Amino acid sequence: MDRWRRITAEQRTLPGDDVPVVLSVQGTHGPVIHAVSAAAAKRGVRSGARVVDVQAIHPDLHVEPGEPAREVKLLDQTALWARRWCPWTVRDGLDGIVMDTAGADHLFGGEAAMLRDMATRFKMQGLGARLAVAPTRGAARMLARYGPAGCICGPDDMEVALAPLPVAALGVEDKTVQLLQRLGLKTLGALMQVPRVALMRRFDRVAADLNPLVLLDRALGREGAPLDAPPEPPRWLARARLAEPVIDPVPHLEGLARDLSAQLAKAEQGARRLRLTIYRVDGEWRSRDVALAQPSREPAHLLRLMEGKLEGIDPGFGFDLLTLEALVAEPLALHQDHLDGARDAGRDVAALLDRLTARLGPQKVTWSAWVESHLPERVERRQPALRGEGEAVPVLVRERPLRLLEPAEEVAVLYAVPEGPPAQFRWRRVAFRMVRHEGPERIAPEWWRDKAGTRLRDYYKVEVVDGRRFWLFREGILGDGRGGDPRWFVHGIFA
Amino acid sequence: MNADSPIGQVISLSAKRLVQDVPAPQHGGAVLRDVLSGGPFDAAVTGFVLACLPEGDKPVLWISDRMSRRENGRLYGAALGHFGFTGKVLRVEVSHPRDVLWAMEEGAACAGLAAVVGEIHGAPEVLSFTATKRLALRAEAAQVPVWLIRSGDHGALSAARERWRLTSMPSRRHAYNSAAPGAPLWEAELFRARGRAPGVWHAAYDGQGDPKRGADRLRLLSRSGDGPLAADHGRAADAARR
Repeated sequence: MDRWRRITAEQRTLPGDDVPVVLSVQGTHGPVIHAVSAAAAKRGVRSGARVVDVQAIHPDLHVEPGEPAREVKLLDQTALWARRWCPWTVRDGLDGIVMDTAGADHLFGGEAAMLRDMATRFKMQGLGARLAVAPTRGAARMLARYGPAGCICGPDDMEVALAPLPVAALGVEDKTVQLLQRLGLKTLGALMQVPRVALMRRFDRVAADLNPLVLLDRALGREGAPLDAPPEPPRWLARARLAEPVIDPVPHLEGLARDLSAQLAKAEQGARRLRLTIYRVDGEWRSRDVALAQPSREPAHLLRLMEGKLEGIDPGFGFDLLTLEALVAEPLALHQDHLDGARDAGRDVAALLDRLTARLGPQKVTWSAWVESHLPERVERRQPALRGEGEAVPVLVRERPLRLLEPAEEVAVLYAVPEGPPAQFRWRRVAFRMVRHEGPERIAPEWWRDKAGTRLRDYYKVEVVDGRRFWLFREGILGDGRGGDPRWFVHGIFA
Repeated sequence: MNADSPIGQVISLSAKRLVQDVPAPQHGGAVLRDVLSGGPFDAAVTGFVLACLPEGDKPVLWISDRMSRRENGRLYGAALGHFGFTGKVLRVEVSHPRDVLWAMEEGAACAGLAAVVGEIHGAPEVLSFTATKRLALRAEAAQVPVWLIRSGDHGALSAARERWRLTSMPSRRHAYNSAAPGAPLWEAELFRARGRAPGVWHAAYDGQGDPKRGADRLRLLSRSGDGPLAADHGRAADAARR
């Protein structure tokens, strides 16, 4: 929810605080609620309910599409960011982060001060957080979700702190929670009172991760639950710290590129995306990105890509720190192309793609991809050259013009022949007289894609007096009930 | 050429004498060539260039400016197969001729490309003699054939090693339908060339031929017509003097 608020606030005005907002995801039977705002929670909207049901109760409900996969990604990144407090952090489930702060809290002045620091910093990020400290991982996650806010629990009062929590805090399956409640075990305290043998017998077929007894043991520290923190992803970053602020980044780039390529070479990696950032003396920073078609770590090539990008960068009163970072790197081993020293042609083309894209923009440099469609303007799709490989030209059965006008241009018919192309037509203020023609080739609208009421097209290949050949079409036929008189267009030019 | 074609008859007569002087453009090595369009909205230039492109699996860089796309339409990739082109086309669509020239220079220096084709409409200031000279030198240094398609331009100064002018002619007879246009036929005029004689020919794409003869996809046939042969030579001589 916080992620949605933060992203939406950048693009449009957020709904007021009193408007209930929910994020929906697609469920088995239509959309279900994935996350709720504070106002919605106050009204009793719970996640997991179907959107239509809740909309019937609260007609003013504001529904937005949720993005669970990106939320998980954000949480992963946040877990890495949280390593500012301790070196072992890992995402816990879909909505939590577990940190092993043993031995790290004194750096922040004790556990209470550390929790305050965390709360402030999460708030600065625009994220809400519920925090708890406990001697074991299980106890901490239960207290954070169900306990009082900012709860700090020592090793001695663990049982006391956990006792009032509901059994749902264990994180077991819904049916297990239901079963425990039917048995009258509503809180963890009640569960602790039950003899272990009885619980073990009841849940001996449940997996260890979902077994209430095992989870309770882990929470109380009777069974170990070590933290498996993922290693930090490697960063390829070259820095240039300057003694005095300067205005022109160009003289420092070469050293940066060489430094970065040395780092990449050590790890046998090649950069696919680069970012140059300047940190200005007034605290601002500016960055420029370039993308590469193939992984590369040649300093000269990286420099050439950056060249055109620096013109628009605003150095302000100067900057004293430059960084060149490889945002995305891919494995790139040293290899010899040819024994005779000839260069690999594909590598040359990839370098050319990089330069063209860096200067002209990704949408201007394209390969063609082919779409199965009857309409000629839909057959060819342009995909940015850095995104993928081009496809070879397909074999067409019907003859198509070599040049296609996009969009098709309307022609004024001067003299029409019934059931045929215009004998004379005027296009771009020039009158053409038809000599020979071929057609019609009828192309019907694609009902699965076009909107209702689209008219069919009858295409004619028309040769005019001086030998130029055009591709004309008539949109619709007289009396098809989809508009007035059919209109004529020129859509292409044959060689 | 069909035996029943009115032009084909004449060409078979003159072919003995002139055809050995007329190698198709792709044999001439990697140089800069200008192709001018004889009239507006004429795709003969595009067809001619496509038929001349070398075969192989290397991609072709095709650059166009906004005005040429508006005037003559976009190159329609799905139809390239009609002119025997089966490779990949890397499309660069920019708005200003300056960027076209820059991209052509970058492409001409890249040996991994089969050819570079640039389209510029009109005669903008940036397309000066110096710019074409730079392109010509780059193309020869990297051995990449470079084609410059200039529509709406009537022969401004250029340093291209060969300059062609292409005009559509009434197409050949359709094999089965006399009312329909048949295979395309163009008038190709080589009006400036280094190391070969200028001339005027009828050019036709020879798609029906042996697919292994990829280099001979284009047929240049001496232009003669039904009149006296002297008139034909006169025109060719005119072109040479220009």
